[in-house]
Amino acid sequence: MEFYHFTEFAWPFLPPDDEFTSMRVNLPSSVYDPDVGADWYNMCLDQHLLADDLGINCMINEHHQTATCLNSAAPLSVAILARQTKNARLCILGNPAANLRDPVRNAEEMAMIDNISHGRLECGFVRGVPYELFGSNCNPTETGPRLWESIALMQKAWTTLDGPFNYEGRWIHKRQVNVWPRPYQAPHMPIWMTGGSDVNHATRSVENGFTFTMFLTPTEGMKKMFTGVRENLKKKGLPKTADDLFAFMPLVAVGETEEEALKFVQQVFWYVTNNKSEPQFRAPPGYVETELYANFLSGKFSGGRTDAIRTKGMEYFRENGVAVYGTPDQVVAQLKKMYKEIGGFGNLIAMLHSGDMPYKDVAKSMTLFAKEVVPQLKDMGTVSSKVGMLKDRGRPIPASKFSGRTDALEAARAKTGVEVRSPKKSKKRNTKKRAA
Amino acid sequence: MPVKKSAARCSPKARTTRKTYNLQEAKVVVETKGTGKPLLILHSEDRYERDADFIEELAKKHRVIMPMMPGYNGSTLPESIRTIEDMSYLYLDLLDEMKLQDVSVIGFSVGGWLACEIATKNDTRLKKLILVDPVGIKNRGSYDRDIADIYYNQFAVVKKMKFRDVKKDPRILTEMTDDEAMDEAKAREATAKLCWDPYFHNPGLRYRLNRIKLKTLLIWGANDGIVKTSYGRGFAKKIAGSKMVTITKAGHFPHVEQPEEFMQHVRAFLR
Repeated sequence: MEFYHFTEFAWPFLPPDDEFTSMRVNLPSSVYDPDVGADWYNMCLDQHLLADDLGINCMINEHHQTATCLNSAAPLSVAILARQTKNARLCILGNPAANLRDPVRNAEEMAMIDNISHGRLECGFVRGVPYELFGSNCNPTETGPRLWESIALMQKAWTTLDGPFNYEGRWIHKRQVNVWPRPYQAPHMPIWMTGGSDVNHATRSVENGFTFTMFLTPTEGMKKMFTGVRENLKKKGLPKTADDLFAFMPLVAVGETEEEALKFVQQVFWYVTNNKSEPQFRAPPGYVETELYANFLSGKFSGGRTDAIRTKGMEYFRENGVAVYGTPDQVVAQLKKMYKEIGGFGNLIAMLHSGDMPYKDVAKSMTLFAKEVVPQLKDMGTVSSKVGMLKDRGRPIPASKFSGRTDALEAARAKTGVEVRSPKKSKKRNTKKRAA
Repeated sequence: MPVKKSAARCSPKARTTRKTYNLQEAKVVVETKGTGKPLLILHSEDRYERDADFIEELAKKHRVIMPMMPGYNGSTLPESIRTIEDMSYLYLDLLDEMKLQDVSVIGFSVGGWLACEIATKNDTRLKKLILVDPVGIKNRGSYDRDIADIYYNQFAVVKKMKFRDVKKDPRILTEMTDDEAMDEAKAREATAKLCWDPYFHNPGLRYRLNRIKLKTLLIWGANDGIVKTSYGRGFAKKIAGSKMVTITKAGHFPHVEQPEEFMQHVRAFLR
């Protein structure tokens, strides 16, 4: 099991609740104060430097026109971490590939980050939440296929070493594609994908060798999706998936005592209680399935999980596995139970910070998580023995044979003959530091 | 070529015939009603026209032809049609297929835009043109919002933009049956597919509206909150010899809010 730290870089200093209708799309930027914000950005980046020091990984996401997430250009934050961290895998989750006007530019950014970090990039793509379509102006009826077109073009751009090539697709036209630099990792960085309830999309992701990720979903829903994917792949006659192709993100808080953990998780819970938006932003036509949209129009469906979950409390989240909190041992027990109930996943993205949770609190929660929880769980599950499409991945390898995915994947790649271009000295240096 | 002739739908007034045409990649359902001079109805994205009384009225003296726009009411929208301009070529094919001559056209909102796309390309089968609160062009500068954003605003706000008196909106979302809700959802998806970006207009169209040589009447709801009367005047200015009339106490759908006055203008113009 690999572990990622996550903060959404939220802007928590909001006007009184009755003075605005939505955190997203139309909250004016006058609400943001650069004097405070400059420090806030750096405080959030500091959390990731701490994650690196603690031996866990970093996940960075991206949203636009919203106080819920100040990372409006995630590649910038990841680029900073590429330079300032040493060992952490850097997961961007992700690039909003359905809304990008120029995916080739995105391919260049990712390749640069992969090089600067010496091959530590985990490159995720997202379709984007519905709110994004108001800012991006991309057509909500086309986000699904457009996402896949962008990703396929970027993969082609990374792996074409004798460019330029021609591309005239449905949304993107480029007549001379020749991306410099090529990625550090070969054939390119691992790809991640997110999704909700569409099991076919999830299946397609894993079939392509992408790590499929779900956020803040109750255990029941996680189980349904991950089991659905595994069954679909089996029906297709594909090899068994290793756990590293699945990821989950709950809210996480670890305290010395249960009281302290509760205090921390309540701070992280800010994300859930403060996520309000106007209803029409949640379901532009064509974003959700037609039937669901019909129910939204007639008022039978509120247009998102957010409203439903906002009204339920912390205990509901703990029972459903959406929030994981307690003393280290309690958290270990809850995660083990969750792993079993869901049917296995290989990456845990821990949302350890949100709202105005002070640095000292998140640092304590992170430290307990990394020092007390992670060592008890890192050997859990399996990793892929090779990289690439699922059909080429070979047999899953027990994670217990490795000291975690960071080493595991590189070792697996080297062992199975997949080209790894990481210079030996930097690998040695990394290994040494990790051991120390 | 008509490929399917489904059972005629009987109404207490005029008989409606439905035919499905295979055109390009699409299946287009066409409803016809009444006899007389041909009159082509290009419905709005909100489709209030289909069952409106004024259609019955028109069918007394005309052969009223109402194609269901691909994406709406059972006509299929293929991937190959991405814009209203693409759509206009399909309609030109339909006019040929139906061998229509001297057909007058009434286009409502997006249907008005479609009428302009058709008429600027080939008007040899057409006679007169009525545009009712059409969209389709952008008159003002980059920072000006010519056409109100129906997606950004809350449903209640959009309703007020469309209707001067919201009680006259025949569609109450929360009272729709499941089938009606599905139809509405599909229609809204089709509209978004065709009109999201560029937003309810074709940037090139304004520069070729001069090609419309048909006798043209623009009918505008004085209280239209989607496209204001000033937008209408800009539209009319680009079609030489066109006339614009406004209907008071009416929004984007004057034929729904003030059907009698609407029909007076239509009758006088088509006479």
